[in-house]
Amino acid sequence: MIHMRRRGTAAIVLWLIFLLACVGIISRTHFTTDLSAFMPRTPTPEQQLLMDQVSDGLASRLILVGIEGADAPTRASLSRQVAERLRADRTFVSVNNGEPVNAERDRAFLFDNRYLLSPAVTPERFSADGLNSALGDSIDLLASPAGLLVKSLLPRDPTGEMLQLLEQLNSGTQPQLVEGAWASRDGARALMLMQTRAAGSDTDAQQHAMAAIRQAFDQALDQAPGATPSAQLVMTGPGVFSVTSRDTIKRQVTRLSIISLALIATLLLLVYRSFSALALGLLPVISGALAGIAAVSLGFGAVHGITLGFGTALIGEAVDYSIYLFVQSEQNSADHQNWIKRLWPTIRLGVLTSIAGFASLLLSGFPGLAQLGLYAIAGLITAATVTRFVLPSLLPVSFRIHDLSAIGLTLSRVVQRAAALRWPAAIVLLAACAIVVDNRASLWNDKIASLSPVSQADVELDTRLRADMGAPDVRYLVVVSGANQESVLRAAERVSTLLQTQVEQGQLAGFESPSRYLPSVATQRERQASLPPRPVLETRLAQAVQGLPVREQLFTPFLADTAAARSQRLLQASDLQQTSMAMAVDALLIQQHGQWRALLPLTAPEGGSINAEPIRAALSAMPDVLFVDMKAESDRLYSGYLREAIALSLGGLVAIIVLLLAVFRSPMRVLRIIAPLAAAVMTVTAGLSLFGQQMIILHLVGLLLVAAVGSNYALFFDRPDPRTPILPRTLASMLFASLTTVAGFGLLAFSDVSLLQALGVTVAPGVILALFYSAIFARQADACQSNA
Amino acid sequence: MTRLTRPRFRLCALVWLALLVSPIVQAAPLSIAQLMAGLAKHPQGAATFTETKTISILDQPIESSGELLFIAPARLEKRTLKPKPETMVLDGDTLTLERGRRKHVLQMKDYPEVAGMIESIRATLAGDRKALERVYHLALDGGHERWTLTLTPLDPRVGAVIARIRMEGVGNVVRSVEIIQADGDRSLMTIEQPAPQR
Repeated sequence: MIHMRRRGTAAIVLWLIFLLACVGIISRTHFTTDLSAFMPRTPTPEQQLLMDQVSDGLASRLILVGIEGADAPTRASLSRQVAERLRADRTFVSVNNGEPVNAERDRAFLFDNRYLLSPAVTPERFSADGLNSALGDSIDLLASPAGLLVKSLLPRDPTGEMLQLLEQLNSGTQPQLVEGAWASRDGARALMLMQTRAAGSDTDAQQHAMAAIRQAFDQALDQAPGATPSAQLVMTGPGVFSVTSRDTIKRQVTRLSIISLALIATLLLLVYRSFSALALGLLPVISGALAGIAAVSLGFGAVHGITLGFGTALIGEAVDYSIYLFVQSEQNSADHQNWIKRLWPTIRLGVLTSIAGFASLLLSGFPGLAQLGLYAIAGLITAATVTRFVLPSLLPVSFRIHDLSAIGLTLSRVVQRAAALRWPAAIVLLAACAIVVDNRASLWNDKIASLSPVSQADVELDTRLRADMGAPDVRYLVVVSGANQESVLRAAERVSTLLQTQVEQGQLAGFESPSRYLPSVATQRERQASLPPRPVLETRLAQAVQGLPVREQLFTPFLADTAAARSQRLLQASDLQQTSMAMAVDALLIQQHGQWRALLPLTAPEGGSINAEPIRAALSAMPDVLFVDMKAESDRLYSGYLREAIALSLGGLVAIIVLLLAVFRSPMRVLRIIAPLAAAVMTVTAGLSLFGQQMIILHLVGLLLVAAVGSNYALFFDRPDPRTPILPRTLASMLFASLTTVAGFGLLAFSDVSLLQALGVTVAPGVILALFYSAIFARQADACQSNA
Repeated sequence: MTRLTRPRFRLCALVWLALLVSPIVQAAPLSIAQLMAGLAKHPQGAATFTETKTISILDQPIESSGELLFIAPARLEKRTLKPKPETMVLDGDTLTLERGRRKHVLQMKDYPEVAGMIESIRATLAGDRKALERVYHLALDGGHERWTLTLTPLDPRVGAVIARIRMEGVGNVVRSVEIIQADGDRSLMTIEQPAPQR
C-alpha cells in the first residue's frame, strides 16, 4: 500500500512537470488561420507558384473598397478624402480611385521613353514608306473628335508612338468616373482599389491595413458637412478574407469551447452530483488538450485555428476515460485499483485502436490533417494516462459520486431487449448501403472552395465588387522563369508576341506583361537601332510627306527627339519609380530564391472564358514557360488531398483491424467489434448524402473519429463468453460517455465554419449510432438460451 | 396593311402641316425662345454631315463625313465613315468613342472642353435653351428664313480651347456648325437632311 502511494506521488509530480512543460511550449506557440495548413509539404512547380501567389502575389495584396449609401457627390468626395489620407500612409503601395494622381508623371515617363517602349518601333516604320503611312494615320486621327487631344503631339510624335502606349495601357477595362471618382456600373457605389505593401498572408498587416482604411473613412465622414451617416464602407480581397476568417475562427473556437465545456460540466454535475468529482474528471481533459496543442506546436512550428476547434470537440471524447473510472468502479478507493485491473485493459485497447486510426493521418501531405492526427494522438494518450496513473491517487478517501445503479439496471433491461431491433437495424443498414452506392459519384466535394471559412455573404460582396471594378481574377497566368532579369524579360517578350496573336484572334481580351513597361535590354537596343541617324531620317521624312498635307519643317522637334532617343540611356527598373507602372512591374517581375520570374496574367474575352488548350499547346514549345490555371490547380491540389485522405483512412481502418487481430487472435471476435463501427460509418455517410451534404476532408476525419470512439463501446460489449452480463455500471458509463461526446461534437454542427461543421454533423450522430449498433448486435446470451 | 401604314401617314401629314404653317407664323424677326421652341419640335432626326477641319500645322484642310443621329432629349450619335470609321455617342452624361477595336467611355464632367463642343450641338438640336445657357452666352441674328446662332463659352476652361461656335440654320433645321478654336484652328460641319424627313 505504501509502495503504491509512493508510486502515486511520483506520478503526480511527473504529471505536474509535464503540464508545466506543455504550458511553457504553448506560451511560445504561434497560432495561424491562413491557408498554409492547406498547402502541400512537397509542392510541384505549379503548386509552388500557386502557394506564392496565394501568400504574397499581386492578387493577394489587393483590397477592394466600396462606399455605399448617401448620394453620388458625397460618395465621390468621401472616396477622394479617403484616398488622400491613405496615399500618405506607408501601409499602401498604391491607392486608386480614378483620380489622375500619377497622370502627369506617367505621361512624362511614357512620352520621354516612347521610342524605347513602343512595340511599333521597327526599322520598317522609319523607312520612307513606313513614315508615310504612320503620318497618314496621324493626320486621319486629327480629323476625328479625338483630334483635339492629339494635335499638340504631332510635331514631336508624328508616328503616334505615345498613342500606341496609351492604348496599350488602357487595354484593361476601368470603372467609370462619377464626380471624379470611380463608381460601379449602376452608379450606386464608389470604388477604390488599394495595394498593400505587406503580403496577403501577413494577416496582422492586413488587419492593420483594414483598420487604416476604416479610420480614414471615419475621419472623412466626421469632416464631411453633415447628412452623411448613411454612407457605408465595404471591403473585400484575399487579405480581408484572411482577417475575417481568422476573426470568425477565433470567435467560434472560443465560443464553442466555452459552451461545450459548460454543457459537459452540467451533464457531469447532473450525473455525479459532486463538484470535486467534476473538477477531478476534467483534469485528464485539460491535460490532454494542453498536450495536444504542445505536441502540434513542437511538430509543426505553429498551430492552426481549425486544430483548436477540433480540440474543443475532443474534450467530449477525452472526458470519457474519467467517466469510466468514476462510474464503473465501486464506491470505495480499493475498487479504483480493482477497476484498473478489470477494465483498464479494455480502455487501453480502445485508446490503442483510436491511435491506430489517427496515426494514418500523420502521413498526410496535407499539414492541416496531419495536425489533427497529432493533436488527437497526443491528447488521447495523455488523457488516458492521467486517468490511469494520476487520477486514482488524487481521489479523496471519501470520494463518491451519485449512485447510478438504478439507471444502470434500467439500461441492462433495455440492452437485453435490444436484440429485438436487429431486423429493423439490418433494414436501416441495407438502405444506407443502397443510398451510399447509389450516390457514390456525388459523395465527395472536390472543390477547394468547400474548405473556405469565408461566409457566402462575403463571397457575394467580393464577386460584386470585382465585377464592378473589372478586376482581373488572376485565374490564368503564364509564368516565365530564368536565371536573371534580362533572360526572363526576353522570354516574356516572346510569350507576349504569341499572346498578342491570340488577342487579335479574339481568344483573349488582353494580357499583362512586365516587358511592356520594362523591355529587355536587347529589345531596347533593337528599338534604338530602328531609328535612323538624323540625316537619313531627314531624307526619308522629305519623301514621306509627299502627297500629305504637311510640310517636313513641322517635324524638326521629331528629328531632335529621335536623335536623342538613339543615344538615350536604357531604361532600368528604378526609372519607373513614382509612376503607376512601378506597381505593375513589382507585381509581375519577381526575384525569389535566387530565381527570376515574370508573370503574365491573361484576361478572358468579355462574357466568355479562356480556352486553355491552344494557348497551352502554343507555349509548350518554349522552355521555362509554364501555363497555370490557378483554379484548376488548386482544385487538383485539393482533390489530391481528398484521395490521399481516403486512402489513409482506409489504412487507419486496416491498422485497427490488425491491432485487434493481434490482441484477440480471433477473426470472428474482431469482426463482431468492427461490424457495428462499419455500420455506424455507413449510416452516417448515407445520412449526409440524404441531406445533400457533400463530404469534405473533415467529414472523413469525423468518420475516423466515429470508428475510434465507437471502438470503446464495441469493446465493452464484446465478451469472450456471452453469458457474463455487462455490469449495469458499465452500461451507465457508456451512456454518459457517449452523451458528452455528442455534446462536444454536436455543438460544432452549428458552427459557421464549414470545416468544424463537417466534423460536428459526422461525429455526433455517428457516436450514438455506434453505441446503438454495438448494443443491438452484441452477442445475446439470454436470447440464445431462451430460444434453445 | 392599312393599320401598318397609318402612323406613317399621320407623321407625313404633320410634317406637311408644319411646313405650310411655319413660314406664316415665323415671318417676324426671330427670338431665341421661338427658335428653341421650333427646334424642340423635332424629337429625332437623321442627317448626313461633312466636316472640314482647318488646322494650322496642316497645309490643307482635312475632310471627314458620315451620319448624325439625334434622339431627344439626350442622345446624339456621330458616325464618321470617312476617312476612318469612327463612332461617337453622347448619351446623357456619358460619351463613348469607338475607333477601330478601341472603345473609350468618358464622363462629360471630366472633359469640359470636349463636352462643351458636343453639348452645343446636342442642346441646339434639342432646343434646350437652359442647357446651352449653362455653358454659353447666346446671340441670335437673322430671321426664320435664315438665322445664325453664336455661342460664346462662359467657362474660362472651355474658353481656353473654344473661342466661339456659330450655328446656321433655316427654319427649324440646323444647317451648319462652325467651331472656332482659341488657337485659330477651325472646323466647319455642314449638315444635310436626307430628302424624306423622318
